[in-house]
Amino acid sequence: MAYKWKRLTLTDASRLLTTVDLHTLREMATEIRNSHNKSDTVTYAVDRNINYTNICMCRCKFCAFSRDEDSQDAYVLNKDVLIEKIKATKEKGGTHVLLQGGLNPKLPFSYHTEMLKLIREFGLHVHGYSPSEIVFFANIYHMSIDEVLAKLKEAGLGSIPGGGAEILSDRTRRNLSPKKATTKEYLSVMEKAHKLGIKTTATMMFGHVETILQRLVHLKLIRDLQDRTNGFTAFILWPYQPWQNELPFKKTQPLEYLRMLAISRIFLDNIPHIQASWVTQGKDVAQLALYFGADDMGSTMMEENVVSAAGTKFMLDEGAIRELISSAGFVPKKRDVLYNILEN
Amino acid sequence: MEWRGLHELMEQGKWVPQKEDLMDLFSSKDLLKLGKLAHQVRLNKNGKKVYYALNRHINYTNVCENGCLFCAFSKRKGDSGAYVLSIQEIIDMVARNGKIDEVHLVGGCNSDLSLSYFVDIITAIKTMFPNIGIKGLTAVEIAHIAKKENKSFQYVILALKDAGLDALAGGGAEIFANSIRSQICPNKISGKIWLDIHKTAHKCGIKSNATMLFGHVERVEHRIEHLLKLRELQEETGGFMSFVPIPFLPKNTKLEYKKGPTAVDILKTVAISRIALTNFDHIKAYWVMMGLGLATIALNFGADDLEGTVLSERIGKDAGGEDSGLMNEEKLVQIIRQSGFVPVRRTTLYN
Repeated sequence: MAYKWKRLTLTDASRLLTTVDLHTLREMATEIRNSHNKSDTVTYAVDRNINYTNICMCRCKFCAFSRDEDSQDAYVLNKDVLIEKIKATKEKGGTHVLLQGGLNPKLPFSYHTEMLKLIREFGLHVHGYSPSEIVFFANIYHMSIDEVLAKLKEAGLGSIPGGGAEILSDRTRRNLSPKKATTKEYLSVMEKAHKLGIKTTATMMFGHVETILQRLVHLKLIRDLQDRTNGFTAFILWPYQPWQNELPFKKTQPLEYLRMLAISRIFLDNIPHIQASWVTQGKDVAQLALYFGADDMGSTMMEENVVSAAGTKFMLDEGAIRELISSAGFVPKKRDVLYNILEN
Repeated sequence: MEWRGLHELMEQGKWVPQKEDLMDLFSSKDLLKLGKLAHQVRLNKNGKKVYYALNRHINYTNVCENGCLFCAFSKRKGDSGAYVLSIQEIIDMVARNGKIDEVHLVGGCNSDLSLSYFVDIITAIKTMFPNIGIKGLTAVEIAHIAKKENKSFQYVILALKDAGLDALAGGGAEIFANSIRSQICPNKISGKIWLDIHKTAHKCGIKSNATMLFGHVERVEHRIEHLLKLRELQEETGGFMSFVPIPFLPKNTKLEYKKGPTAVDILKTVAISRIALTNFDHIKAYWVMMGLGLATIALNFGADDLEGTVLSERIGKDAGGEDSGLMNEEKLVQIIRQSGFVPVRRTTLYN
């Protein structure tokens, strides 16, 4: 069935999300998915997460990973551990590292530039430093955002992950993550990065204290920025994981995740890729996500510390990811961090 | 297969599924087209209703002679953890936790238990709680009791009906094909006898449900044969109320090395069941075995019944199913509403 869709307004999206049946939503999402991607292909990446420190002065309410500086299990990775992790990534055929950490005021800026140089020496691309980290660096190292970005880029930063977007509504952020980058700061880092030729992803963590309208406004902010810069490669959404933190217990059912995924796919008509989140949803729902607009199965990660600290533990290696994609009826294709397909 | 054509034939009530048609549906990669078609069949039959019961599962014994390979619940007599519930214990369970509409009574094939045990349980429940429906005993247990008592199936069914049994449970159907039963449940009654017993029950005025345990060693053609046999008997008797496709859960079973079906396979099977069994009113997404998350998705793929609150269920839980311990009506109703459907509390006979 051909849908003559036009770009959704917030009102359209709200109506679709709350009233339209799952199958219609899915058909619309699939049509937009296939306008950006080959209909039978699902991509994935081989990479490793490196969380260089868990010391963080943000202490967001939904986070189970961060620690205070004097906490017994607080850590900062040293060079030797880093080299070990980089080598293991190379051995597994990894193309890049997802490098993120807490906002740790004790680390000098050179810690970061040296870490970037080290990873680059091994020939791995660095997808690292979410906007909250960038804003934090600008504050503590007394630089402008542009300067931070330029220096990190010079040291080897390749692209920026969209983590820390949570819900781009300052009302929600004041409640959940008052010390984290504001909506304006998040978007401004992304815009500046795009202008410097640094591609980024965008994310959304939903299902906590936000309203439906706040989710949709979040999508609108991302779409508007993408119209200006075309710097977002992908959008990744996941429900907040309620197991281990101070917020009230609220679990998003898979059906709601799939509807939200489909709406995101339809709404963000200018973003080429949408990831399925096996890390939070598990294999079964991640497979279903491929039918609701997702065209990418994320990556191997090798280690995952943030979501798993929140009590959700799934791990998949490359073979398992390929199997997951093919048993859902799609052709798995390995990609790099910028979504270039690496096999024919 | 021409999908549009299929839909129109179904609308006109002219479609009689053939083996080849169902093979085509199963081999289709388009899960969602299937789902949409199944959802349409469901909407035509049941609108946006989702049925549930306030029910308690009573697994009266776990002692079972059958030792099926997919079962994580059964014990041999004398094993530690083997149990038989007394009538008093059963009455206490029914009385616990306030109001329920239905008791689902199933257990193992335990030769210590005679027909009088079941007649007494059912009589006692009906006497003390006349408004509670009793859906109980599978064809497998009926056959076991008949053999022990040296009576016909009809005799046993009528005796239970007299005591107050409202409906026969649909379990034990597994996959009808002998070649599969010999691998997974060699000591269980054949598919033919299972169907005979349900036919007998229907003729005695006892309605029943039907199940299919899938995703273990069977192939797609075995599922199809299973569905078509059920459809055929339903054409003859009209005695089935609902069909329950049950995904195999490997945990704690002798088939633990198997993976169990994927979510995609489960939804496909639910959808094809809905399409193939147009003469069944209801398709049940049994959330204990399917997981609550997938069961609510299945409501968009042909299913219209979530079974119920399923208090104190043990068979699925032992195999890694969802724990029904935390379920209650409020939660179930909320989940149904959030999924965009209209909750309808049902009795055993869907009143």
